[in-house]
Amino acid sequence: MPTIVVEVMPKAELLDPQGKAVAGALSRTGHAAISGVRVGKRFELTVDGPIDDAVRAEVAALAEHVLSNSVIEDVVGIHYEQSNAELAGEAAEHHDGYDAPAGETH
Amino acid sequence: MRIGVITFPGSLDDRDAQRAVRLAGGEPVALWHGSHDLEGVDALILPGGFSYGDYLRCGAIASLSPIMTEVVDAANAGMPVLGICNGFQMLAEAHLLEGGLIRNDHGSFICRDQVLRVENASTAWTGEFEAGQEITIPLKNGEGGFIASEETLDRLEGEGRVAFRYVGVNPNGSLRDIAGITNAAGNVVGLMPHPEHAVEPGFGPDTAAAMRSGVDGLGFFTSVIRRTLVEA
Repeated sequence: MPTIVVEVMPKAELLDPQGKAVAGALSRTGHAAISGVRVGKRFELTVDGPIDDAVRAEVAALAEHVLSNSVIEDVVGIHYEQSNAELAGEAAEHHDGYDAPAGETH
Repeated sequence: MRIGVITFPGSLDDRDAQRAVRLAGGEPVALWHGSHDLEGVDALILPGGFSYGDYLRCGAIASLSPIMTEVVDAANAGMPVLGICNGFQMLAEAHLLEGGLIRNDHGSFICRDQVLRVENASTAWTGEFEAGQEITIPLKNGEGGFIASEETLDRLEGEGRVAFRYVGVNPNGSLRDIAGITNAAGNVVGLMPHPEHAVEPGFGPDTAAAMRSGVDGLGFFTSVIRRTLVEA
């Protein structure tokens, strides 16, 4: 089933307290190489039918107006790809090694 | 005067807001998020709480509730609307007020009696105060950091639309110590602290006079009642 991935991040110039908290924890546990963390959101939208221009337009509008708040967040990516669950399922079906799941289409 | 208090899934302070309206001399009207009927009320309160468990963003899903269509229309037509805490977040998500609310800069939930300065005493909800007056009401939130672009902040300040500012401590990292703002017409006001929890002696913040005797929040509700009676 086609999946559309929408990625939302807090605006770069704004404080990201969640990211700061994670960065603080990494620093406390000795991960000196990591100098910063920002935490965003990933939405996986499942579509029943084919992904056509109308669906793309609808998703673009949803990403802008519902999934993100443009005052505090930016939509940083909309990707048309398989979901993690599907990737994991395929990996289980088709691979008996420890191959990483197929790459995401960034 | 009939003041509607809208209950959303996850609202917590709806009954406290109803009680505050009653103590101020008004008639509270319980409204439901799933309805499209404001039942002829004269003003509206969006109460505090954790609507939809703060999923997506605080207030975001509630701002898409059926009744919000009527709330937005009524607000644009001049009806007094007060958003408290989660209600403020809903007003921001509904674009009735500028800016947004993000997680407190220190990362923790905070609950304290908070001193505020009333910066604008001419809104529908602040007429009983004096400009510059300091009041103490409870504050309790995890995502109360008010943010907006520099241009928006400058415009809010220039137009006198900062309604309340934190005094003494900035409890959540809000830019320019902003605790609450109003729309240009002065009928829509949102703030993070909770005036409805400081309306009855014995149940409010401590004061120099006595424990829990603070009733500084009552002025919000008497203001809107006075305003509506004068205009009627």
